[in-house]
Amino acid sequence: MAAILEVNHLSIAFGGLHAVDEFSIAIEKGELYGLIGPNGAGKTTVFNLLTGVYKPNEGIIRLDGKDITGRKTRDINKEGIARTFQNIRLFHQLSVLDNVKVGLHNHYSYLTLEGILHLGRYRRTEKRMDDEAMDLLRVFDLDQEALVTAANLPYGKQRKLEIARALATRPKLLLLDEPAAGMNPNETAELMDTIRFVRNKFDITILLIEHDMKLVSGICERLTVLNFGRILAQGETSQVLHDPEVIKAYLGE
Amino acid sequence: MKNKKLMGNLITYGLVIVAYAIVAYLLHAGRLTSLVKGLLVPICVYVILAVSLNLVVGISGELSLGHAGFMCVGAFSGAFFSKCLQDTLSFAPLRLALAIAVGAVVAAVFGLLIGIPVLRLKGDYLAIVTLAFGEIIKNVMNIFYIGLDSNGFHFSVKDQFSMGMEPGGEILVSGPMGITGTPKDASFLAGIILILITLFVVLHLIDSRDGRAIMAIRDNRIAADSIGLNITHYKLMAFTVSAALTGAAGSLYAHNLATLQAKKFDYNFSILALVFVVLGGIGNIRGSVIAAVVLTVLPELLRGMANYRMLIYSIILILMMLFNWAPRFLEWRERHLGRLFRKNRKEE
Repeated sequence: MAAILEVNHLSIAFGGLHAVDEFSIAIEKGELYGLIGPNGAGKTTVFNLLTGVYKPNEGIIRLDGKDITGRKTRDINKEGIARTFQNIRLFHQLSVLDNVKVGLHNHYSYLTLEGILHLGRYRRTEKRMDDEAMDLLRVFDLDQEALVTAANLPYGKQRKLEIARALATRPKLLLLDEPAAGMNPNETAELMDTIRFVRNKFDITILLIEHDMKLVSGICERLTVLNFGRILAQGETSQVLHDPEVIKAYLGE
Repeated sequence: MKNKKLMGNLITYGLVIVAYAIVAYLLHAGRLTSLVKGLLVPICVYVILAVSLNLVVGISGELSLGHAGFMCVGAFSGAFFSKCLQDTLSFAPLRLALAIAVGAVVAAVFGLLIGIPVLRLKGDYLAIVTLAFGEIIKNVMNIFYIGLDSNGFHFSVKDQFSMGMEPGGEILVSGPMGITGTPKDASFLAGIILILITLFVVLHLIDSRDGRAIMAIRDNRIAADSIGLNITHYKLMAFTVSAALTGAAGSLYAHNLATLQAKKFDYNFSILALVFVVLGGIGNIRGSVIAAVVLTVLPELLRGMANYRMLIYSIILILMMLFNWAPRFLEWRERHLGRLFRKNRKEE
């Protein structure tokens, strides 16, 4: 099978701190992959490297065979990587529907002048954007709240909206940064179903960071464990979770 | 909500039109003092200024203190255009319309040129740099001399004699003395039409794909970047459109003055515009319209109170600020005025 994401020897240092060191990973198309590790292990830094927020000191990132190392964040999104954030970053003054429509931004277009005059392709395009956005919201059970201001959504739904917005950019690879953070067990269980459903429905690959071991062992097929910026273990989920090194890193000796 | 948004826009347009109807009636009946008559065009100018500044401050979320500069270039280019065409184009409304377009285009060019380097900055830093650019524009305009004689145009940045003009040539722009004798083409009706155009442009822009992107960047730059929005492009778009509208207002303003001088457009002017925007509610377009009208008329109405004028004016500023921003007041508004909104929603 072809790897959708292939990362080789990725490193970045901030001053003397090797935040991520020699990170390599190959994720296959359609896989649900987990990235775990103790706090400060460099998981989010890996996400920031993959999405171009930081430029790596060394290493190569290939998406679907194409070298995207050092590209701009927005270009990487256009190539097909979308992400969510650990601390939710919604467009909080916009409606739920508009949040998703902004995600669709690069897939529809009309001239600024058409937008100002509300003429030409404006109405047709906005209608089609509304339809696609509503379809996405329905997947996340947010369609009832489409016109609510994003800031007024309950926490769990804000997390879901962020995933919906990321999916609206039609990515090949979706990066989820702690999607279950702050959720209760019921919400987490529901989220697991949603993630699986999303992977199958949209035919995408998902890489997620998570601390909730129930979620990780429940849905991730393979795992990479980071500790102090280095890879501690990599492989099938059940194997990795029983690795004594991993247990030591998490629980201490 | 789509309907509610449309309703809101229609109310804003309606408000302007009703205000026009009332004033037009009073004018017709001869019930307005010359003081108020003289204020009509400036009020329109301030309303446009406030609405277009709100596009930058409220919608795009960047603080600009340089809008007096854009108004200055709009005013000078518009007035210059009209003075040159005064004899060839005698139909005043058309001349005014063209002059306003010229003012808008020139200001847009300045907005774009200044925006490209400046919009890399954020917050206070951006405010300081725009303030500086506004002052630079004012000071440059202040030293320009342009004359016309049979040999064509003459320029100077020193004084009118160094232009080397033939005797009998006409001085069009005269440094600190500015432009005198611009045809007084501006009228209240023209002002109202320009307000409606400004509102149309701003409100429709907000409700389009580009406007959504602009507001998304305001709400969260990092997330906007991560979903593939070109941040610089949309920041520039908001800034340039705002500069263009401000320039149009400047051109209208110039056609209402006997003498147009650059020193009018100092930083106090920019601050005044910001006061309209903040007290009308940041991001609230209708609020900007109302605040600009109230805060322009008020000092004039208070003229009779001589010494207490500025005192009362500042107290009203504070009250407006409380009304729009204090949590207690907002709660009160929600509770008492919210009932009205709820009723409206049921009717939809």
